[in-house]
Amino acid sequence: MLDPLALAVALPLLGALLVTMLPGWSRTLGMLTALATTGVALWLTVTVWSGEGLRSDLGGWGVPLGIGLRADGLAAALVAMANLVALAISINATGYFGAAESSRKFWPLWLLLWTALNGLFLAADLFNLYVMLELLGLSAAALGALTGTREAAEANLRYLLVGLLGSMTYLLGVALLYTAYGVLDLELVAEALTPGPVAWSALALMVGGLLLKSALFPLHFWLPPAHANAPAPVSAALSALVVKAAIYLVLRLWLDLFDGIVTLPAAMLLGLLGAGAVLWGSWRALRAERLKLLAAYSTVAQIGYLFLFLPLLTAAPDGDTRERLLTALVLLALTHGFAKAGFFLAAGLVQKSTGHDRIRELGGAAQSLPAATFTIGLAGVALIGLPPSGTFFAKWILVGQAIALGQWWWALVAMAGTLLAAAYVFRVLARAFNREPTPKCFLTDPRTEIPALLLAALSALGVGLAAQPIAVLLGAGV
Amino acid sequence: MSHEILLTQLLYGSAGLLFFLLGAWSFISHEPLWRKLIALNIMGAGVFHVLVAVAYRGLDTPPDPVPHALVLTGIVVAVSATALALAFGRRLDREAPEHASDAHGGVDDREDGTHA
Amino acid sequence: MSSSNPQALLIPLLLAAIGALLFWAFWSGLTGHEGERLAALALERVPESGASNPVTSVLLNFRAYDTLLELAVLLAALLGIWSLGPAAAPYQPAALLLDSLVGWVVPMLIIAGGYLLWIGGQAPGGAFQAGALLGAAGVTLALSGRPNAGLPGEAWLRVLAALGTLVFALVGLTLMGVGLGFLTYPPALAKWLILTIETGATLSIGATLAAAFLGGRPRTTRPAEP
Repeated sequence: MLDPLALAVALPLLGALLVTMLPGWSRTLGMLTALATTGVALWLTVTVWSGEGLRSDLGGWGVPLGIGLRADGLAAALVAMANLVALAISINATGYFGAAESSRKFWPLWLLLWTALNGLFLAADLFNLYVMLELLGLSAAALGALTGTREAAEANLRYLLVGLLGSMTYLLGVALLYTAYGVLDLELVAEALTPGPVAWSALALMVGGLLLKSALFPLHFWLPPAHANAPAPVSAALSALVVKAAIYLVLRLWLDLFDGIVTLPAAMLLGLLGAGAVLWGSWRALRAERLKLLAAYSTVAQIGYLFLFLPLLTAAPDGDTRERLLTALVLLALTHGFAKAGFFLAAGLVQKSTGHDRIRELGGAAQSLPAATFTIGLAGVALIGLPPSGTFFAKWILVGQAIALGQWWWALVAMAGTLLAAAYVFRVLARAFNREPTPKCFLTDPRTEIPALLLAALSALGVGLAAQPIAVLLGAGV
Repeated sequence: MSHEILLTQLLYGSAGLLFFLLGAWSFISHEPLWRKLIALNIMGAGVFHVLVAVAYRGLDTPPDPVPHALVLTGIVVAVSATALALAFGRRLDREAPEHASDAHGGVDDREDGTHA
Repeated sequence: MSSSNPQALLIPLLLAAIGALLFWAFWSGLTGHEGERLAALALERVPESGASNPVTSVLLNFRAYDTLLELAVLLAALLGIWSLGPAAAPYQPAALLLDSLVGWVVPMLIIAGGYLLWIGGQAPGGAFQAGALLGAAGVTLALSGRPNAGLPGEAWLRVLAALGTLVFALVGLTLMGVGLGFLTYPPALAKWLILTIETGATLSIGATLAAAFLGGRPRTTRPAEP
């Protein structure tokens, strides 16, 4: 009788409305809504996990006339992650904003953003997705500017404009699909789709528009300032959730809607951009002066990893390989969601208590803020990909499948990215644990240090990956 | 399908596509905020043209109501977005930044903080 | 960043190429399809929907969920505008000519809005159109010097802005609670449910548009006379 799909969207919406009308109660109502929505989301996930998949036809009309909601495994996994992260952010926000004016501004927009997230993951209608994308973009941009600084307003205006360009492009794709196929439901369009100019244009427009919103290199330019200048709970939401939603949509379109249309070269292009994102993002993160900027660039890099999977998925035959790759991708997305959110929240605490988030001056943070430092450490483990984090398993599968499918270059990119991630995470931790002023440069004695560095890198990565060839080698001599 | 309907749809829809492309060009090429906003609205108008063109089924047949509803929704969304963007623009036009919230104010280095 | 010469030519060329593909796709889409799309299905089910205007049926019944979220988008924009700062100082109070004109125009706009709301079930019209007229009434009041575009103070304004979406969401949840499904109207009640939702929406849309025109959080102090 009660429909978890519709509830997952209606509850945060109701909360947002109540908080708008009764701003004095925003924290209480906001937390109640957060708990209720997370409860529904988990109920939804468990139902999907133990059964088939959920489907809901709103208004009772059934597709193609009405709008449908759908939760399959992928959607349920992301819904679970998003709602748990959102709950954590909500709890953090009650403390971060306190009872001040910003709290009243934060809660209604935050609950509307939550509505858009759930609605987006559960949507099965192309135009409905457009409305959700717009709601997401508007509330995210407004939330990002809550710090009140000029930089925040500039960065979020840029984010808003880029987002609008993306949605408008997406909408044209939807219009073309309706012109040719006369339906708006994802499944129905997927069935009707045939290769041709309409399919190619729609693919280019819709994925292109969404790539702007996913901040894939080189369309990532709006992300670092927007995420770095937002209040910490908002940065956590932006990096961990909002960007994920756009990537989820790209995935959904690529794998479900345009399944027969996508070509390997197109996927390779996206993979190449992903590689650029991994390398460029990790490099900029290493050079970042501020903790939040580092985290934002790290997000750019992690987004790149997700796109590295696309050429592999497109090249992989249906069945086991595809399943493993998809699992790995989802693992990566989920882990990053949790990790980045935790990182930003901890960074927010650091910024709040020390008044700044400059990495160079983080000295002694471990002593004064042990929990925050430990959080950054744990999040770092997940960002780098040390076992037993989800990232480790995901990268393991990525590298293994890349070699197996003959696209070994992605493995190199993944390894390089991992090394850079290790570098920038340890840079932060080293400053946090160290009371002394830190040395000016990384290498003090190249001749002794570089070989040691290479050996350590080989041990951490090379040998493990070479396990299979080594086994073959050992077997060959027998 | 009748020639008259196809011709009308083609004419109107092509105009829409033209608007979309013009708007995209203007958005990319022009700097001031208000020009970008006008460009976005023209792009939107273009997409709405395409939808309305697709809804046309001849002078004597009622049109397809679904694209019309989509356009109505789209217009409201576009207006909302434009209003928010204009408010941002107004915020940036003010000389001094508003007092920072209880979170912390200024950011020291302007790495990537400046408008390209 | 001023565009250098090669770049100034590159973008239009690129867009022209994309445009060619789009035109080809549009042509192909139009000619490949018989032309019915969703029209036949929608027009067939209109009598059961509670409205005889097909667009209203689609907006408020078949695809009501979209409309609900669209109202949420409107609200999000307003909340965003409010969070960015206070509204601009009001315009100077209107002189006699404008003032008396406004005295005629605004009531007419309100009546016209009410008419559009009612007639929306049978003819072109409906909540958004009516709300736009009410918003225009608010804009007219603002332009003629009224401090808050004739809108109530912040507390009531918040209620007004959220009202439409609230009524809509509550109707949906109640219908789900009684077992029919979210936003599934029983055919007998459909007309009245649609009218109720539309009335709330009209008030919200009008208030939101007028408040958005003001550009920021409503001012609480009265302006000094010139």
